[in-house]
Amino acid sequence: MADARVENTGLQLWGGGTLPYSVSHIKLGMWLFIVSDALTFSALLFGYSYVRIATPDWPTPFHFWPTIVFATLMTAVLLSSSLTMVLAVNAAQRGDRKWTIRWILWTAFFGTAFIVLHGLEWMGLINQGMTLSGNPWGTPLFGATFFGITGMHMFHVFTGVVYLLAIAGGVARKRFHSEHVEVCGLYWHFVDLVWMFVFPLVYLLSVDMGA
Amino acid sequence: MSDSAHPVVHPAPTTFIRKWVFSTDHKIIGIQYYFLALIAVFTGLALSVLMRLRLAWPAESWPWLEKIFPLGFEGGVMSPEFYLAMLTMHGTIMVFFVLTTAPQGGFGNYFLPIQIGAHDMAFPVLNMLSFWVTFLSMGVMFAAFFVAGGAPISGWTAYAPLSALGEVAGPGLGSGQDLWIISIALFCVASLLGALNFITTVLNMRAKGMSLMKMPLTVWTWFTTAILALLSFPVLLAAGILLLLDRIGGTSFFIPAGLVVSDTVIESSGGSPILWQHLFWFFGHPEVYIAILPGMGVTSQLLATFARKPVFGYHAMVVAIFAIGMLGFFVWGHHMFVSGLSPFSALVFSILTLAIGVPSAIKTFNWLGTLWGGKIRLTTAMLFAIGFVSLFVSGGITGLFLGQTSVDVQLHDTYFPVAHFHMIMGVAAIFGILGATYYWFPKMFGRMLHEGLGKLHFWLTFAGVNAIFIPMHLMGIMGQLRRYAESTEFKFMEPLQPYQEFVTIAVFVTAAAQLLFLVNFFWGMFKGKKATENPWEATTLEWITASPPPHDNFGGRELVVHHGAYEYGVPGAPRDYVMQTDPPLESGK
Ligand code: HEM
Ligand SMILES: [Cu+2]
Repeated sequence: MADARVENTGLQLWGGGTLPYSVSHIKLGMWLFIVSDALTFSALLFGYSYVRIATPDWPTPFHFWPTIVFATLMTAVLLSSSLTMVLAVNAAQRGDRKWTIRWILWTAFFGTAFIVLHGLEWMGLINQGMTLSGNPWGTPLFGATFFGITGMHMFHVFTGVVYLLAIAGGVARKRFHSEHVEVCGLYWHFVDLVWMFVFPLVYLLSVDMGA
Repeated sequence: MSDSAHPVVHPAPTTFIRKWVFSTDHKIIGIQYYFLALIAVFTGLALSVLMRLRLAWPAESWPWLEKIFPLGFEGGVMSPEFYLAMLTMHGTIMVFFVLTTAPQGGFGNYFLPIQIGAHDMAFPVLNMLSFWVTFLSMGVMFAAFFVAGGAPISGWTAYAPLSALGEVAGPGLGSGQDLWIISIALFCVASLLGALNFITTVLNMRAKGMSLMKMPLTVWTWFTTAILALLSFPVLLAAGILLLLDRIGGTSFFIPAGLVVSDTVIESSGGSPILWQHLFWFFGHPEVYIAILPGMGVTSQLLATFARKPVFGYHAMVVAIFAIGMLGFFVWGHHMFVSGLSPFSALVFSILTLAIGVPSAIKTFNWLGTLWGGKIRLTTAMLFAIGFVSLFVSGGITGLFLGQTSVDVQLHDTYFPVAHFHMIMGVAAIFGILGATYYWFPKMFGRMLHEGLGKLHFWLTFAGVNAIFIPMHLMGIMGQLRRYAESTEFKFMEPLQPYQEFVTIAVFVTAAAQLLFLVNFFWGMFKGKKATENPWEATTLEWITASPPPHDNFGGRELVVHHGAYEYGVPGAPRDYVMQTDPPLESGK
């Protein structure tokens, strides 16, 4: 009431009729989804820390070769995919449809490579007797947390690859524009970012330091 | 930016399926949520009546019930396990499928876009998906009644290790518990998708002039509730996944080493049941605010409308809503005072819990301030809003008892907390839903409810719930155990039997009174007096459009908002209320 004057100008940033963060619905929605999903991972990592602290002799069986080398390779693959994703968004913003699709497909390729490498790594561990319910080195929670957390992450990479392919298809048929590519990129970078937590917490902290 | 704040309006659907079943119209989806909650609440109520029968007359035989539930009522007497199964389903259905769906999914969906002057939600298709996943989730939950072993017996909190062990630990803990977890996981996904939709809509889709401080308090509460849902459901989802892994993946996140159940040694090692409690209550406490906050918004809206006065202390109300919501994330430990928290963390949780009393008191006094000196119109909706304040006070006071560690150690797992949470979370939130129903029914269905019948419903319900839950406080103080079917097992509980009978009789009356509501509801839908655009002479945007509103809500009008949400009794205005879109007043105010 008192500020009826201000209202008449109509277009205050938070005054309604505007996009206060200057982002479209889908981009804002994706940010909110990412916040929510980050909490799912936080809960898993909290659970991991909790049981790890509560277990006096938590095993640290990983060795530099092969586990860490492998995981580093996977990290590199994932980082490359983030780079190609950035290039895809760039191309989309330039309106270069051909390169948009190419870079998205490269991203999906790296994502798939990550899944394959991860699968090989899992196979190796399973062959050594590590499963959800037990492992040769100590508390079964070691395997449970490892497979639980990396499995959840791998599931996200997998959905990400499907999402990328869907976006590539949409761009090819001119149904999606650069914003859709950008929003997909947000999700993809988020999944990468999660790995940057998983790698030190689940891999590096499980290395046998020879003590 | 390609999207504007007002995207192109979709044409109205024409086929029956697109219009009523797989609709993307937020109004239809809101009504779908509402009916889902209606089915759920009567199921939950029926289960509570069964429990009350057992508690009041533990030895009595009910052969006709044996015909309906041959396994639960062998020999006509309800088995304690069946009691626990009813208890679990009652609590789960009420908390998730009533109190989380009706206020937010139902009324929030219907009225949030309209109250901010939007044509729909930001993501209409996602909105539809949220509803149908919720629907699926409810189907899965109800299926738990019918599988071998029946419904789970681990309570709505699904405490581990009971919930993690499987059939060895008791009936219903096999497939029943699996279905329970899957249902809750689906519910989490649906709720967090719904929440991001609500938040985006409020941030991006307000009509011109609808600044944050002009939003109705209902919008503020739906918005805050959505933030709580967005941040708490993912944690429950993660906990549910881990619990499911414990049950079917052979892990032992929540199962401690060396557990012996019914003389069987459980093969497991090293997990922590307390971890489940942390994860569950990190969700669980915000969840009670998810249930109650929209009721607070509705109460503010109704009190202002029917006292013909602006909400007293609007800004303080907004701050209090937010403070309650955010503090709600740091108090989960008050559910775990007897779980072996360190005294220091118990103290911190206790202090933070009591701190929530401050914004809660601000709200209460502002409601009273709104009523003070008002020209009160005692409609049914108004009665329920006043009833909400009453229940909020009598249920909230006992929260201050339970928030203190030393008192809670004594009262934990008695009927005292049962009475407390039914008053404040259960029945108060239900009063919010009922008040909202009597208030918005004309807008949603284009017809009026019967006021006389409504008032009768109110008085019976108000007297009834107090008669049910006030004695429960006393029983709790005297030691009556929670989640316990054998009410005459112990000597000290025997003298409480008259209370039990009194409460159960009160339940009969209260439950019967709800049939009045049903009659009124369906009579009103088809036969009620036709509603005008603005039957309550209210100010917010839903009242400037037809009852029910057209597909795009405002019939193609572009709105400009000039006024706050509750401008009643403004000096110099032509009427005793100024609608939000009325032109600015002349005088230099
Ligand atoms: C007139 C209505 C109601 C009656 C008569 C009633 C009765 C009961 C009874 C007898 C119990 C079992 C207590 C025990 O043995 O420990 C119970 C538990 C419960 N009720 Fe209600 N109730 C009613 C409404 C509600 C509503 C509206 C809610 C919504 C929040 C609700 C939520 C719960 C919860 C969460 C539990 C605890 C379940 C558990 O311990 O796992 N009830 N109720
Ligand atoms: Cu709590």
